[in-house]
Amino acid sequence: MSIKETVNNPHSHWMEASGPEADVVVSSRVRVARNLNKSPFPHLLSESDARDIAHSVRLAIGNAEAGGGPRSLDLVELGELTPVERQILVEKHLISPDLLENFNRKAVVISQDEVISIMINEEDHLRLQCLLPGLQLKEAWDSINLLDDELEKTLEYAYDEELGYLTSCPTNVGTGLRASVMLHLPGLVLVNRIKDVLGSVSKLGLTVRGLYGEGTEASGDLFQVSNQITMGQTEEDIINALISVTGQIVNSERAAREALLRERREHIEDRVGRAYGLLTHARIMSSEEAVRLLSDLRLGVSLKLIDIIPANLITELMVMIRPAFLVKKAGKDISSFARDVVRATLIREKMGFK
Amino acid sequence: MNCERCQARPAVVHLTEIVNSKKRTLRLCEQCAREVQAESFGLIPQLGLHNFLASLFSNQVAAPFGAAVSQGEKCPSCGLSEAQFAQSGLLGCAECYRKFSNRLDPVFRRIHGISKHTGKVPLRTGGKVLLSKEIDRLKASLREVIGREEFEEAALIRDRIRDLEKEMAGEAD
Repeated sequence: MSIKETVNNPHSHWMEASGPEADVVVSSRVRVARNLNKSPFPHLLSESDARDIAHSVRLAIGNAEAGGGPRSLDLVELGELTPVERQILVEKHLISPDLLENFNRKAVVISQDEVISIMINEEDHLRLQCLLPGLQLKEAWDSINLLDDELEKTLEYAYDEELGYLTSCPTNVGTGLRASVMLHLPGLVLVNRIKDVLGSVSKLGLTVRGLYGEGTEASGDLFQVSNQITMGQTEEDIINALISVTGQIVNSERAAREALLRERREHIEDRVGRAYGLLTHARIMSSEEAVRLLSDLRLGVSLKLIDIIPANLITELMVMIRPAFLVKKAGKDISSFARDVVRATLIREKMGFK
Repeated sequence: MNCERCQARPAVVHLTEIVNSKKRTLRLCEQCAREVQAESFGLIPQLGLHNFLASLFSNQVAAPFGAAVSQGEKCPSCGLSEAQFAQSGLLGCAECYRKFSNRLDPVFRRIHGISKHTGKVPLRTGGKVLLSKEIDRLKASLREVIGREEFEEAALIRDRIRDLEKEMAGEAD
């Protein structure tokens, strides 16, 4: 079952549009970094030592499940997957791109509902992650905290009374916690307030990035906000600070959307209508154009300007239009032009057009 | 938008080249940017987070720029040298944190503003850490009282150490 099924199914629990504040907050993620006490960190491990780490984790999740711990977990070594399957896990946000380097030493555990994943031998021996739709950081931390306790019954963690959880990189030491929210902020982008808002956020010890990683330019008006500091604050403090800042951003995004509707209604309706028209009828579509149009459409859905498209389908499409999914759909490696054609067809089909 | 070279990964680097006074801008992903740069300029060092960490760490030794970097001290457990850390910005194992603690302390304060963890304590490992610290403390005072030839006191401390060591072994099962 399981991870093979995961890569065949574009849907993931985090894409559901049912979560709290889902009009602005697409998803919430909490991850913690953990290492084993007696073993060198992953970048110094030989291939066979790396396998031993994966083996220890396999035992630990077995014990955790037997002890009534979290839902069904499935471990797979990245080497068992095809390159396209590995890339799909990245596109679904279940693993980081870094896990693809030296993939023979790496493994991943994914829960059946894809809410929980554990990356093994990324920068740290374990990275436990919980990904939920909408603003659910507390819930995500609770799940991770529980899983962490269960695993620690079997695993010897590298922990220091003064410094906390020890990690490969000194920027993660302490709690090892990185909490983040993915925000859809087309309103603030359109009223030209995005730089101010994000500028203030970054003065509060939080980091802002575009979707899919390190780049500064956000695609599809999607931004990721996360904590920068991992030491000297409790996990709850870190989570609460992020929740409160997110709340503020949500309020200003909603205010911006209302102002746009009030003062530039025709412009917004036109924009949403054009996006819908192109997405349902275009024959060739680049990934950049698709992401931009889907963002406009998502805005239209949340402003109730358009009601025939469910919001979760839009989030799902944002993932499905990525290259690896299209290659999977085509069944073979295809050129970038052919991808643009497959992409346009896929979007039309999903939106109920031929 | 996607990288203009591989069309697969998102473009994160804007590379501007001027060749024969013709300007050309390429939008590339990190990997392609690295490859393109390597082709045209030979080796361009990547300036990432790890480099900054490394410079925070090696600032303390005040090595003159360009001077031969000595390997420095090595971690007795994983063999990571100071020079290796200065290059990668990654520590090698839990023991590195103890071995290089003096040098790392300012690094933590620079990154986090503090060098003291106040969050979660792991249930099992946390208990052990406390026990082993207590044992270390008792062993030190045992040496002290023996030095003062207070043997009755020493016997009491020795028994306490034995109890704690048993407790630790018990938890390990």
